[in-house]
Amino acid sequence: MSKVLMKGNEVIAEAAIKAGCRLYFGYPITPQTEISETLAKRMPKIGGLCLQAESEIAAINMVLGAASTGNRVLTSSSSPGLSLKSEGVSYIVGSDLPCVIVNVQRGGPGLGGIQPSQADYFQATKALGHGDMHIIVLAPAHVQEIADITMEAFDLADIYRTPVMILADGALGQMMEPVDFESHKSREIPEKTWACNGHQGGRVHNIVNSLYIQPDELEDIVNERFKRYEYIKEHEVKSEEYLTEDADIVIVSFGITSRIAKTAIDRARSEGIKVGLLRPITVWPFPEKAILKLTETAKAFLSLELNKGQMVDDVKLATQFKRPVEFYGRTGGMLPSVDEVYNKIVEMNKTYGRN
Amino acid sequence: MYKILLAGFGGQGILFAGKQLATAGMKADKNVTWLPSYGPEMRGGTCNCSVIVSDTEIGSPLVDNPNIFLCFNLPSYYKFESKVEKDGIMICDSSLISEKSKRTDIKALYIPATELADKAGLSGKANVVILGYLIKASKMFDYDFFKQLMVDSIKEKKPALAEANEKALVLGYNYEG
Amino acid sequence: MVVFDKPKALTDTPFHYCPGCTHGIVHRLVAEAIDELGCEGRTVGVAPVGCSVFAYNYFNCDMIEAAHGRAPAVATGVKRAMPDNIVFTYQGDGDLAAIGTAETVHSAARGENITIIFINNAIYGMTGGQMAPTTLPGQVSTTSPYGRDPKIQGTPLKICEMLSTLDGTTFAQRVAVDSVAHIKEAKKAIKKGFEIQNNKQGFSIIEVLSSCPTNWGKTPEQALEWIRTDMIPYYPLGVYKDKTAKEDK
Repeated sequence: MSKVLMKGNEVIAEAAIKAGCRLYFGYPITPQTEISETLAKRMPKIGGLCLQAESEIAAINMVLGAASTGNRVLTSSSSPGLSLKSEGVSYIVGSDLPCVIVNVQRGGPGLGGIQPSQADYFQATKALGHGDMHIIVLAPAHVQEIADITMEAFDLADIYRTPVMILADGALGQMMEPVDFESHKSREIPEKTWACNGHQGGRVHNIVNSLYIQPDELEDIVNERFKRYEYIKEHEVKSEEYLTEDADIVIVSFGITSRIAKTAIDRARSEGIKVGLLRPITVWPFPEKAILKLTETAKAFLSLELNKGQMVDDVKLATQFKRPVEFYGRTGGMLPSVDEVYNKIVEMNKTYGRN
Repeated sequence: MYKILLAGFGGQGILFAGKQLATAGMKADKNVTWLPSYGPEMRGGTCNCSVIVSDTEIGSPLVDNPNIFLCFNLPSYYKFESKVEKDGIMICDSSLISEKSKRTDIKALYIPATELADKAGLSGKANVVILGYLIKASKMFDYDFFKQLMVDSIKEKKPALAEANEKALVLGYNYEG
Repeated sequence: MVVFDKPKALTDTPFHYCPGCTHGIVHRLVAEAIDELGCEGRTVGVAPVGCSVFAYNYFNCDMIEAAHGRAPAVATGVKRAMPDNIVFTYQGDGDLAAIGTAETVHSAARGENITIIFINNAIYGMTGGQMAPTTLPGQVSTTSPYGRDPKIQGTPLKICEMLSTLDGTTFAQRVAVDSVAHIKEAKKAIKKGFEIQNNKQGFSIIEVLSSCPTNWGKTPEQALEWIRTDMIPYYPLGVYKDKTAKEDK
C-alpha cells in the first residue's frame, strides 16, 4: 500500500482497526475528536462499534466491560477527560484487563487550554488512578510512529493484561504526515482463558474482579502484578538515540518536543557543538539504562518538555545524579521555538561543552 | 527544504492549500509535514498552517521562519512579514493586503487573488489562485504534475468542484504581475 | 416428586448476608430465572459496590465486579461486545440511584438490551446505615439522625417512575419480597426481564423493595412489616412500563 497523508488522530483510529479493534467507547473533547469521528464513520462499515458514552466515566467502564469479554477495545480523550477516566483505569488495572487508552494532551490544570501539552506526564507515568499500579505508556513522535505504536499497544495490552496508554499531544494529533499501515509485525498473543464471555457449561465461571478483602491475598496479587512490571521493564523499554556517541550534552525529550530538539541539535552541530538526543518511546517503563549509560560519555543532560518540569525527575533518577540535569520547558499549550532550544544548548555548552 | 507558512482567516482555504502542497511533496517522494494552528472556533478566527517539504528527515514540523510565506490577510502580514527567511518568497493577496514590504532581502510578490477569482466567477478560490502563482514563482513542483494531482484528489471527494479549482490554479499560474 | 433444591445458577458459596436480609431471596429468584431460561452458560452478570459486592462469588455464570455505580456502563460494554449473551446487573440503591444515576439513565435511554435488578432497601447497608437516595422522608439513618428532612436532604428518587418516561425503556416493574405472594410476583417480573432481553426487546429494570433489618434497627419480621407499612405506600408496586404488552396486542 502506498503512503497516505493523514492526521495523527485519524491514524490512531485507522491503526486500531488494523489491529483488530472493533469496539470504541468515548466522549468528545478537543483536540482528539477526530479519533471518534473517524471511527464513527468506519466502524459500522466493518461490523464494529463506535459508541459515544454519556461521560468519560461511563466510557471507561464500557471499556472495562468490553475488555472483560476478551475483545480488543479502545478509548481516547484529552487531559481533563483522563482525570475522569482515572477511576476506571485503576479498576481495569486491578482486574488485569487489556485495553488501549489514548491521551492527546492539552494544557492544564482544570479546563486549561486546547493547545499541545505534556503536562500529564506525571499523571500517566506515576498515578493514573489510585493504588499501587502502573500502565505501559508509549509516546510517539511522528505520524508513522503513531500507526506502529497504536498497533503495538494492542499487542502489549493483551500480552501483559494491562492498559496501554498512547501519550500524544494536540500537535501530533492534528498534524499530517505520510503513513502506511503495513510495517507492523504483530506478536503472539496468549489465549484469553480469563474472559467473561459465557462458560457454555464447559468450565468454571470466570470472575473479573479487583476486590480482595483479605490483605495478604491482595498483597500477593499486587506482588504478582509488579513482577510483571519488572519483566516489562526488562523487555519492553524503547528509546531512540540521535548523535549521542560523542555528545557533551544530551537532550532527553519525547513526542513533539523531541522533533524541535532534533532541528535545534542539527543547527548546533553545524556550529561544532556536540549535542545529541535521547528520545524515550516508552515513558513507562522509562529508558533508565540508556540514560545511565550515557552518563559515561555525556557531561550534562537537558530535559525538554511541554510542562514545568516533570520527566526531569526521572532523568535525574536515571543518571543516579552522576551528571547535572537541567530543564527547559514551555507550558499552557506553548511550544518552544527551535531558537529557544538552540539558545539553551549554546548556554549549556559554555558550561559543559568541550568545544 | 521548503518551509512554508500559510496564514489568514479561517474559511479562506488555508488548510486546504497547505494540504495540496504537502500531498504533492509526498507524491514527489519527499518528506512532508502539515501542521495547522487550531482554535476553538471553526470559522472566522485567525488560521495558519505550517508545511515542510524536505529531502531529509523533518525535525520540528513548526515553521517559525518560513522560506515561503503565503499571506492571506493584513494581520498575518504584520505578524509574519519580518520572519520570512533571507532569500525567501512572500506572496500576498493584494486584494486584501494594502501594505508593500520594504525588505530587499526577500522576493516579495503581490497578486490580487481575491479580485481575480471573483471576476472569473471563482469566488472563494483565491487560495488556489495563489497556489498557481506560487508554483510559477518557486518552481517547487512541476506545474502539470501539481495540477493533475490537485484535480484528481478533488475529484475523489467533491467532483463538482474540480473544474473551478483547476481554473483558479491556471489563473494564478498565468498571472503577470 | 418435587424436591426443594438449589438453583444451578448459584454456586455452593454460603451467602454472607445479615440474618433477615432479603438479598438471598432475590439472588435465588435471579438464579431460578436463569435456570428456567437455560442461559447460564451464556450469561454474564455485573456486581455492584454495596452489600451485594460479592455477588460474583454466588452466581455460577461469568461475573464482573464493577466500580461503584458503573455496572450499567460495564454491562453496556459486555453486551455491545457480545450481543447474543445475556447480561444483567445487580445493584443497590446507593449504587444505582446516587453515584450511578447517569449510567442508569443513559443505559435505559440507549435501550441497552440488558436487565437491571435494582435492590431498593432505602439505606446504605454495607457502610453501616447511611442515608440513601431512596431513604424515605422522616426515615432515620446515621447521616440523617433526626430523620430525612426534604428541606435539607431533598426527596427520594422514584426510579421506575423516572425510567418509564424514557423511550428507551422496554420494561420497568417494582416488586417487593416481603411476602410469599409478592415473592412469586417478583419471580415472574425478574423472569420476564430476562425473557425480554433474550428476545432482544431492549432495556428492562426490576426494582425490588427489600429489607435491611440490621440497619433499620428492626427484627426481620418487623422489617418485612415496615416494607408493607412505609415503603410500599411511597413506592407503589406494579408495572410502570411494558412495551412488550403493547406489541402483543
